[in-house]
Amino acid sequence: MMGSENDDGFEEAHLHASREEMENLFLREDGDPLTRSDVNGDKSNSGYRSAMSTLSDSHHPLSPPPIIVTPADSDPLFAPPSYSDFRSPRSKPNGGDNSSYIEPPSYADVIFSPFDENSASEINGSDDGSRHSQSPDSLSRSPSSSSSDHIKITVSSPQKEQDTASSMISGGSTYITYQITTRTNLPAYGGSEFSVRRRFRDVVTLADRLAESYRGFCIPPRPDKSVVESQVMQKQEFVEQRRVALEKYLRRLAAHPVIRNSDELKVFLRVEGKLPLQTSTDVASRMLDGAVKLPKQLFGEGGGASAVEVAQPARGGRDLLRLFKELRQSVSQDWGGSKPAVVEEDKEFLEKKEKMHDLELQIINASQQAETLVKAQQDMGETMGEMGLAFIKLTKFENEEAVFNSQRARANDMKNLATAAVKASRLYRELNSQTVKHLDTLHDYLGLMMAVQGAFADRSSALLTVQTLLSELSSLEGRAEKLEAASSKVFGGDKSRIRKIEEIKETIKGTEDAKNVAIREYERIKENNWSEVERLDRERRADFLNMMKGFVVNQVGYAEKIANVWAKVAEETSQYDREIS
Amino acid sequence: MENTEQPRSISGSMQSPRSPPSSQPYLSVSVSDPVKLGNGVQSYISYRVITKTNFPEYQGPEKIVIRRYSDFVWLRDRLSEKYKGIFIPPLPEKSAVEKFRFSAEFIEMRRAALDIFVNRIALHPELQQSEDLRTFLQADEETMERFRFQETGIFMKKPADLMQMFRDVQSKVSDAVLGKEKPVEETTPEYEKLKHYVFELENHLSEAQKHAYRLVKRHRELGQSLLDFGKAVKLLGACEGEPTGKAFSDLGTKSELLSIKLQKEAQQVLMNFEEPLKDYVRYVQSIKATIAERGTAFKQHCELAETTKLKEINLDKLMLTRSDKVGEAEIEYREIKAESEEATRRFERIVKRMNEEIVRFQEQKTEEMGVAFHQFAKGQARLANGIADAWRALLPKLEASSSV
Repeated sequence: MMGSENDDGFEEAHLHASREEMENLFLREDGDPLTRSDVNGDKSNSGYRSAMSTLSDSHHPLSPPPIIVTPADSDPLFAPPSYSDFRSPRSKPNGGDNSSYIEPPSYADVIFSPFDENSASEINGSDDGSRHSQSPDSLSRSPSSSSSDHIKITVSSPQKEQDTASSMISGGSTYITYQITTRTNLPAYGGSEFSVRRRFRDVVTLADRLAESYRGFCIPPRPDKSVVESQVMQKQEFVEQRRVALEKYLRRLAAHPVIRNSDELKVFLRVEGKLPLQTSTDVASRMLDGAVKLPKQLFGEGGGASAVEVAQPARGGRDLLRLFKELRQSVSQDWGGSKPAVVEEDKEFLEKKEKMHDLELQIINASQQAETLVKAQQDMGETMGEMGLAFIKLTKFENEEAVFNSQRARANDMKNLATAAVKASRLYRELNSQTVKHLDTLHDYLGLMMAVQGAFADRSSALLTVQTLLSELSSLEGRAEKLEAASSKVFGGDKSRIRKIEEIKETIKGTEDAKNVAIREYERIKENNWSEVERLDRERRADFLNMMKGFVVNQVGYAEKIANVWAKVAEETSQYDREIS
Repeated sequence: MENTEQPRSISGSMQSPRSPPSSQPYLSVSVSDPVKLGNGVQSYISYRVITKTNFPEYQGPEKIVIRRYSDFVWLRDRLSEKYKGIFIPPLPEKSAVEKFRFSAEFIEMRRAALDIFVNRIALHPELQQSEDLRTFLQADEETMERFRFQETGIFMKKPADLMQMFRDVQSKVSDAVLGKEKPVEETTPEYEKLKHYVFELENHLSEAQKHAYRLVKRHRELGQSLLDFGKAVKLLGACEGEPTGKAFSDLGTKSELLSIKLQKEAQQVLMNFEEPLKDYVRYVQSIKATIAERGTAFKQHCELAETTKLKEINLDKLMLTRSDKVGEAEIEYREIKAESEEATRRFERIVKRMNEEIVRFQEQKTEEMGVAFHQFAKGQARLANGIADAWRALLPKLEASSSV
């Protein structure tokens, strides 16, 4: 009776071949961190985020497309620009033209290349045309039709290097540098392609300088410094994680309409060799600096705050005195002491702040649930595949040991089921790698919410400076008044007092100037805040809409495919359709 | 041949079994209406068992009785004893965790399994003739309870069984004394193949069933995660202005809806796919029990045959020496010979039955698995289509939101 198997010979061979494939699939997955972290099926997602980023990289053969933004904001400006220049209505279509990837009736056909069992590409996930509109690392808005400005940054080839400046302690520490390649046609850059090597410390410098120059802006937060041992620093996984994070960060900077044209970023991306930006000195030397200056400041030399200095927040170290004053000020404000002229009266601002905070909490929550969803999809795919394999083994077994035809028939039915299960398993996995990319938008925005917090903090610190100066002014004026009153009582004038009054009046003048600068600065920051938050709101809403669309289209496409797989099996087993009472 | 009708009500029949044309002999049973009785620790579930038949041995065309799980166990035990060689249909397991014992899910699954159990017996050409089955299907509750209480422990073993046990011990002792461990086993190639098949099959099936069970869990987990995701997204939408807020709200609602579909499908997979697989495993275990019985029967047949031979030789010797013990020896010889023949008959009946049963079993399993696979595939297709439809319906709304 084995003759009846000959018709199935090809299928059998195919079955065994695809089983090899399947088993290889499983072997590969053992090496895949995603599977490993799920092995115990525990709920913790600790290995998960790193796995997710690995996943989104390894399954996306296409490199992300250039970031596209409309023109009208490519003006290179140096000093902290006023945002009003950029408030002209943009031609950017936020919702825009999406007909490129929404088409009835079968999304599966439109979006996905025909599912071909024998194509190798299926193992890596089928390519599709619409995916390019969802680049994993950029904030993707729908591809705008008109723009031609672009800037694309890639971070690659991490290398170990030696610290030539000898370190006293270890006689030459090593660090990692990354190759940073920029391709752009932005006029501000004056060139089309650059390549430099930078280390993480340079990135920290860049971030710090940007924070100083762009107060009030929502600047994307830089990747964390990691407090880990040097051994870990050099590990493959850590380096790779950092590379990915750096790339994401630089791309976000480049996506910011103002920051992309900043000198700091330009210099960072273009200038080879040592980064020509003022380094952030370490805390110790800053404190030392400040301690040296403090006595002078306390004894009235070097006057009050200079106009230039108030344009910056009080930093630890150099501005100890100023820090103390501002701290005192904020405390007295808290206790309802002196009444400064400028209070955070802006109810609108406070409401906005509150709303932003709520939003942030909800984004956190949503992104956590998104992770859980992704894990559940992953698990479904895995278990489906494992079940498929178990049935394949059964099929093989029954066929080998078959004595009766009923066994062969059953083996055949099992084979259909098993093949379908393995196919479905693969589809779930593909679905999931796409889902990760879409829902990652939620994660991205967590970073941006931090940027908003930064912008608000800039505003608060600028306001504090103003209020400190105001209260200082008022106390100086009070002193002057008292002195004048006392001196007028003395007949013929009080030489020492008069001299003092003169001095105080000088100080008052200087403080007035500083106050005015501070107020201007504060107003400027307020404006930046407002425009940035508006821009962010707009972009975020567009991005979220796109995310939802991408997510839903994805779900539809794969659900259709999975349905087809099972419909086929239902067809093949239709003889077993029974009327169940 | 056998009755091809399958009145097995698989999914919760609260109706009575079908009544086919009265010309053909039929016996069909339904197990339904689980009811919790008793208090506290002693509470249990009782089932209504409805029998419809035109068998002459039965009291009437229809009978309704109330039975509990231990009654089913009694029936199975009796049949196992009396019908060696037949693969007695398996019972669902005794309850696991206390908490789970009275969950609606568990009760329904058990009811369905018990229904299948009785019907398989009712459809089996030999088993359906069983007197114990008649008792089970017709006796009133008190009688049933009495029967059930009698079936406990060693005290109810028949004298012949006790003798057999004694002899087993005896022969073991003599073997030990003689210093040999005779491997008394059938070693025909076909039977070897069958045994190997059965044992291997159990392993493979258990693995498949394990994954099927996990798959049920995965459905539930995915459903739960969709629910949580939907809620979170709705909250996020409440923070966002329009049009994104509405879009999130719609997305969240869809997500919650799909969560329900998934939970439903989880239950379906459990009942229509995982449970049949578990049943398959139990069946194979039942076959293993039969193999053990056959082994015992074979051993008895061999040993008694040998003992008979020895007695015969002894008798001949005594006859030659014209001893006065001849009479005694002759009686002994005749007794042993009769027993040996009986043991051989028993063994051969088991073999015959098993051969028939294997054919039946394979056919039955192909049918049942086919049904299970078909149900599973239909369910998965239905689920996937439902998911596709639900998400697809959302797209025009998202479109509209984007173009605002």
